[in-house]
Amino acid sequence: MSHVHANHADSPAHRGRVLERLLEEAGVVSGAELDAFLDRLPGASSNGARIVARAWCDDGFRRRLLDDAGAAIAELGLPGGLGPTVVIRAVENTDSVHNVIVCTLCSCYPLALLGPSPSWYKSDAYRARVVRDPRGVLAEFEFFPPEDVTINVWDSNSETRYIVIPRRPEGTESVSEPELAALVTRRGLIGTAAV
Amino acid sequence: MSEGRAVGDRVQARIGDRRGHTRLPRYVRGQVGTIVAMHGRQLVPDRVVAGDPGEPEPIYAVRFDAGDLWGLPGHTVTIELWDSYLEPG
Repeated sequence: MSHVHANHADSPAHRGRVLERLLEEAGVVSGAELDAFLDRLPGASSNGARIVARAWCDDGFRRRLLDDAGAAIAELGLPGGLGPTVVIRAVENTDSVHNVIVCTLCSCYPLALLGPSPSWYKSDAYRARVVRDPRGVLAEFEFFPPEDVTINVWDSNSETRYIVIPRRPEGTESVSEPELAALVTRRGLIGTAAV
Repeated sequence: MSEGRAVGDRVQARIGDRRGHTRLPRYVRGQVGTIVAMHGRQLVPDRVVAGDPGEPEPIYAVRFDAGDLWGLPGHTVTIELWDSYLEPG
């Protein structure tokens, strides 16, 4: 949760990226394999999925989540407080607004709640481009929000971390809360996928 | 420091380069946006890094129109800015 600036050549984040690149170049591991591994880590996205599914099923919880995400998340027994100075905030997708999260200066992410961020989230390309051309970046994720939807990009550069509440998929009225949670992806929680 | 800022206010990010560490990215400097939320008070990283932390300042989530930032309208960018990152209101 420390605010490590990835541009410093001696920072852990930078060394991690160099190591990752060398391993990829040597054919030891691929970026896709690393992402798949991170997705399987306990808590990586399951906490976020639980939060989203509860918000879809319980409108009172949804409103409390949008009002004070830390307190609402704590109701589920999850770490709503991310640290003495770090605040979590939920932003909700609607039929007219889609939210996307980035940290342009480094790679801030609600790690204590959602686990490690995907490697692309930390890439210079994502951080530089998504604030300028979010639809272009989303298209590379094969995600195409309707043209009449406003894209709101959130650049989290202070001590606030964000979680996106995706729209509940159509036709899921009779789906149980745990089954709904299984639909939510880590990309959906960042805004690079619909759900 | 201006204590009177509120959600809905139009504010301008400070213009120009800054010495040392800052969390005011260049792409918003000099741009005018709208406060959409208040995010409490925190120490200013620029001063913390310089060894002179001072007092916590209000942080505002300020929304900029992409047309103003990039000449490419169609989306918004919201970023948290400390009070002293804004031109005096």
